[in-house]
Amino acid sequence: MQSSPIDKPAVVETTDAFLGPKQTLASVTAKIGDIVLTPLRKTPFGWPIGFVVAAIGLLVYLYSLVVLFTVGVGIWGINIPVAWGFDIINFVWWIGIGHAGTLISAILLLFRQDWRTSINRAAEAMTIFAVACAGIYPLIHTGRPWLDYWLLPYPGTLGMWPQFRSPLEWDVFAVSTYATVSVLFWFVGLVPDLASLRDRATNIWVKRFYGLLSLGWRGGARDWNRYEMASLILAGLSTPLVLSVHSIISFDFAVSQLPGWHVTVFPPYFVAGAVYCGFAMVINLLVPIRRWYGLHSLITMKHFDLMGQVMLASGLVVAYGYVSEMFYAWYSANIYEYFMIVNRTAGPYAWSYWALIIFNIVIPQLLWFKRFRTNIPILFLISICINIGMWFERWVIVVLSLHRDFLPSSWGSYTPSVWDWTTYISSFGLFFFLFFLFVRLLPMISMFEVRDLVHKMSGKHGAAPTGPSHGGEA
Amino acid sequence: MTHETIDLAAVRERLKAGSAREFWRSLDELAGTRAFQQLVDREFPQGASEMRDPVTRRTFLKLMGASLALGGLSGCQFALKQPQEKIVPYVRQPELVIPGKPLHFATAMTVGGFGVGLVAESHEGRPTKLEGNPDHPASLGSSDTLAQAAILNLYDPDRSTGVTAGGNASSWADFVAAAAPLFAAQAARQGAGLRILSGTVTSPTLVAQIQAILAAQPQARWVQYDPNHRDQTLAGAQLAFGTPLTALYRYNYADVVVALDADILSEPGVGVRHAREFAEKRRVSKANKQSNRVYVAEPTPSTTGFMADHRLAVRSALVEPLARALALELGVAGVAAGAALDAPHQAWVRAAAADLRAAAGRSIVAVGESQPAIVHAIGHAINAALGNHGKTISFIDPVEPAPGGQLAALQQLIADLKGGAVELLVILESNPVVSAPADLDIAAALPMAGTSIHLGLYPDETAALASWHVNAAHFLEGWSDARAFDGTAGIVQPLIAPLYDGKSAHELLEALQGGSRTGYELVSAYWQAQGGANFQAFWQQVLNRGVIANTSAATRRPAITGDLGAPPAAVGDGLEIVFRPDPGLSADPVYGNNAWLHELPRPFTKLVWDNVAMVSPRTAERLGLASGDVVQLDLGGRTVDAPAFIQPGQADDAVTVHLGYGRTRAGRVGSPDGAAVGFDANQLRSSGAMWFAAGVDITPLGRTHQLVSTQGHFAMEGRDKDLVQHGTVAEFIADEEFLHHGAHHEVLPLFPLHDYSLEAQRAARTSGHAWGMSIDLNVCTGCNACVVACQAENNIPVVGKEQVALGREMHWIRIDQYFSGDLDNPAVYNMVMLCQQCENAPCEIVCPVAATVHDSEGLNNMVYNRCVGTKYCSNNCPYKVRRFNFLQYVDETTPSLKLQRNPDVTVRARGVMEKCTFCVQRINEARIDSQRLGQPIVDGSIVTACQQACPTQAIVFGDLNDPSARVSALKQEPLKYTSLDVLNTRPRVSYLAKLSNPNAELGGEA
Repeated sequence: MQSSPIDKPAVVETTDAFLGPKQTLASVTAKIGDIVLTPLRKTPFGWPIGFVVAAIGLLVYLYSLVVLFTVGVGIWGINIPVAWGFDIINFVWWIGIGHAGTLISAILLLFRQDWRTSINRAAEAMTIFAVACAGIYPLIHTGRPWLDYWLLPYPGTLGMWPQFRSPLEWDVFAVSTYATVSVLFWFVGLVPDLASLRDRATNIWVKRFYGLLSLGWRGGARDWNRYEMASLILAGLSTPLVLSVHSIISFDFAVSQLPGWHVTVFPPYFVAGAVYCGFAMVINLLVPIRRWYGLHSLITMKHFDLMGQVMLASGLVVAYGYVSEMFYAWYSANIYEYFMIVNRTAGPYAWSYWALIIFNIVIPQLLWFKRFRTNIPILFLISICINIGMWFERWVIVVLSLHRDFLPSSWGSYTPSVWDWTTYISSFGLFFFLFFLFVRLLPMISMFEVRDLVHKMSGKHGAAPTGPSHGGEA
Repeated sequence: MTHETIDLAAVRERLKAGSAREFWRSLDELAGTRAFQQLVDREFPQGASEMRDPVTRRTFLKLMGASLALGGLSGCQFALKQPQEKIVPYVRQPELVIPGKPLHFATAMTVGGFGVGLVAESHEGRPTKLEGNPDHPASLGSSDTLAQAAILNLYDPDRSTGVTAGGNASSWADFVAAAAPLFAAQAARQGAGLRILSGTVTSPTLVAQIQAILAAQPQARWVQYDPNHRDQTLAGAQLAFGTPLTALYRYNYADVVVALDADILSEPGVGVRHAREFAEKRRVSKANKQSNRVYVAEPTPSTTGFMADHRLAVRSALVEPLARALALELGVAGVAAGAALDAPHQAWVRAAAADLRAAAGRSIVAVGESQPAIVHAIGHAINAALGNHGKTISFIDPVEPAPGGQLAALQQLIADLKGGAVELLVILESNPVVSAPADLDIAAALPMAGTSIHLGLYPDETAALASWHVNAAHFLEGWSDARAFDGTAGIVQPLIAPLYDGKSAHELLEALQGGSRTGYELVSAYWQAQGGANFQAFWQQVLNRGVIANTSAATRRPAITGDLGAPPAAVGDGLEIVFRPDPGLSADPVYGNNAWLHELPRPFTKLVWDNVAMVSPRTAERLGLASGDVVQLDLGGRTVDAPAFIQPGQADDAVTVHLGYGRTRAGRVGSPDGAAVGFDANQLRSSGAMWFAAGVDITPLGRTHQLVSTQGHFAMEGRDKDLVQHGTVAEFIADEEFLHHGAHHEVLPLFPLHDYSLEAQRAARTSGHAWGMSIDLNVCTGCNACVVACQAENNIPVVGKEQVALGREMHWIRIDQYFSGDLDNPAVYNMVMLCQQCENAPCEIVCPVAATVHDSEGLNNMVYNRCVGTKYCSNNCPYKVRRFNFLQYVDETTPSLKLQRNPDVTVRARGVMEKCTFCVQRINEARIDSQRLGQPIVDGSIVTACQQACPTQAIVFGDLNDPSARVSALKQEPLKYTSLDVLNTRPRVSYLAKLSNPNAELGGEA
């Protein structure tokens, strides 16, 4: 067993490369693999604390679900006219976060972007956990959640099929397909690393655990060949899904006739927004991990710089969406559309609209400057702002559109109840519970891909094996 | 809410800056106060008060008298427990009873003592719904909120369930054993110590019974005191004609109506009739473009004021000078001039007088009970001078056996009580502790009776003070009879055996006299004694029709004989307090525990579960009040604390309080755990000032009370075209199509629309019907009868104040209200909103489980069993008419409430969406009949619950594919429009625009 992999504070930041200096195949494997294989008592102090806090959050989450199922959705603040509230806001918010992972893994893989290797594993894990958090909301937001299975097309004695014209029905397929493919892609990508862990583990039970998960991987050329094939196929499958999931989520709104929902720009604008907050969440997760586990040489400033650029670009698409909504409202000459914008900008909830503009559009303009993109604290804060801003975007879409629609007599207001907040905040418990388990049990950075990168960057293409080397021999 | 006053001056400026037809919002919203902002902006919960734990949830469930087992998972089963009872078929089939097929029986209820004919629907022996009796003069087939809500009183679990002696459980036998000797002892003393206290009694049988007692015991006294008594009206007739007479107004002959503080359309016992006849003159169409013209002067907005073309908001005390000025303007002799009027009032009087003069013999001047006798007398004199007597107004001898002077009689009774003269007091179905003016302090006097016997439906405030309380039979449980406002007698026929073995007043008096005849025997014996050769045939016919032919009172032609020269009363200074019965609960305390009425959005305020102290915007501005501020009202040393409410249309310097709230022993709904809901305005009322008094002091107490209303925004936001289209009769006469000019864009659907025409349906082998509805906003008075009727018919639960505050009321039909124009006396527009049954329904395409689907007849059906509760349909409904069971709102445990439910309508559980079905159960009933008999469904054989209740027949339902159907004709009217055409929802509900008929001399604008 090697010494603790935690770096001492004197860190040299690398800004122009995807790897720090003096990285070798062995050092990469040791650094990443030993985080997992270190005995629990030697794990950095933050992990058990964070894990326990997250577990408590998870328990609160489970408790709030029990209350919800026992008493009914009336414990929330929803009403008529605002029949959707935190449930749908948070569903869309979480699923938006769950976009960056697959985008990084699949689309950047297809585009041969090498910089993805250090961050894709964690981003994919984040995707899956966020999709899990998101997927629970539509299941629990129904009045009679024990009948949710009626949304599945199954040949039952009722002789009834779901109603395929409803966007909620499309959601069922979009989200479940996305979750399935994301899990598969993630797991397939894990297999070579699981084998490395199996080989490096000294404890027999740990060895068996990883041995079982690594599906008998031996690192042979045939294994690698098949791995590459599967990986490419799954990347090819995932890529359209990244675009389709949030497009379909946006149809939940766009297909309706409600001013503020019925907007044709929603699909691209939702996808861009998802990428936007997904990357922000990746940064929010990687910054502390990188610091706690001393991964400065694997996740470099260049990564953050590039992620900042992606956020800037997607943020501008989102801004275009806001502007186009205003334009439509004016150009349509429809009093209801027009009022929707007036109500957003000057109505009783105008503060939330302006908060959205500030968090989502104004503050992220700092990303134009490289010195902010490569300043970790500022980038971290900008990312938090983007996550808050994207939450407000869903708040604005859901609540501000619903609370004042066509007939002024039915206008209302919406106040989240304590249970709305409890369910939302404690859903982070689920997310971080899973994430803490992930960083402890699985290699959070793809070891074999980073080794491949080391090899490529060393410039000695002929000297090393063509495939990423099999772990364990270092 | 923090205390913050509204800058009303700024509001006025903002209104002025807008267009002529600027529509405005609720005052708080308009002023943009922080209080309002907070109300709307409560984004983040302010602490644990928002915690909606199951315990608070239970409190509202208890409103319907039940608690739901929520404790653990075993108790919940997601609230979907199946009933455990075994179902046993009839061993011997009762005559006429076909399981599943309701029977209808004629019966009657009393309102203010006067009979109102009803038809009760009975399912296997349980009455479930009350409708008006078309043969009855006070109903004509329609009903009001009380008639619709009375059924809930029958099944109220808080009803008195047994006889009590001094608060302890006793029995009827013990009561009779104890009370009959006391009564006999009085008989021996000629009844010197016997007093009978009741409300107004028009029951011929009961009158005969009491009069027989009085004949046998000449020193006994019978005191009638009814919360809806007509002392001042009858005194006014006495003053004018020298004898108390009842005036019968025929609004269907009146082209001009002047109502002086008279809410003719809500008058107890006769309002439904008035509304029907009024609407006959109000309704306009292609064929008849003439409308009546209505002038109203009143201190506080009423349904009659809402129908006015020219409404003056004046203090009650200023109505007398108006009446005098009107009389002088019309040259009525002998009337002294009153206080000088200001210019707008003079203009109003001149215009009204001119219209009255032009419509001599075709007009009515009506005066409300709250006005003193002299105003009534002046009203009679004006009508006489206009030659209206015998044309629009007829007179009969009062139907009451001892007309007028009820308050004086009550005062005498209290004096007798205090003097110790009363040894036996029998209180028949009244609650004087609640309804008598507070200065009489009857609560202190009642225990001074030697023995007091209270017969009542509830163990109420009076019962608590009585030596004996006998649980009364509901009018659906015991035989009786009652005379209507015009004297027509009707039979009160029971539909169910007394649930708690209650007794009727007939039976109580019979038992006191030592008799044992049942109510049926007493009532039938009375009518048998009235002669008639063939009693059995007569009785069968009476029970069948509910009314007894030829019993209406003979008309009289009185002449004005009285001296109208009484000098005008001094107009008191300071703030005036105005007492009015609560528009929901009514003046009769028996409705104080009726949850349907508590949760009924009141006209003009849309408030529920509260009464308020209404002040005008200007007065509020002067006093620095905001809606919800708790103020202390001090009238001559008596005080109550009440939440203030700024009511546009309220007269300046007048505070209106509603009677009926603030009960201490109403039941679990009206006084949960003994705590009053609302405040008791009666505490300010004195026998000298029953309806208004000057000199009330208002002191803000610096705290606020949460007022809950079902509507928060009262401005049309320039959306009149989709809300209430409106204009004037003059515009309509000039151009039938005046509403439909301007740019009209045909909305073209992307996909071909479904064809519901008869030809298409024949080809598709479907039924051929296309159900539709027309609602005439021009005659809708906003009386709310449809709302309660729908609630009763469709098993709609009550949710309680907390849930309404969250925006979760369940009413399927609602009356939206919009204000426009002048802040101090606005125009008000009502819009009846229910599921529009869109042909192109936005709710349907978004439901992922197809729980809301269209049928071949164009109905938008809600399949409760299939609904999983995504609520998406509600979000996509532009009319927001869908209602969701956010919690388990329906009380599934209280046995008596189960009896009330309509078995033809599913009782919805938690988590299910619901909405108006066009009373599909009634459609199906007609369909079954038509198929069984092989006859087509004729127009008018399907009547929705709202339509059936509507006093003005504003709602018409029928088959659009039947060209002869009334609804088809109404869809061709030029005033017809549909809401939100721009969305191409193609609603099956259409509206007829609201027209006013202003006098050009008063500026045209109503």
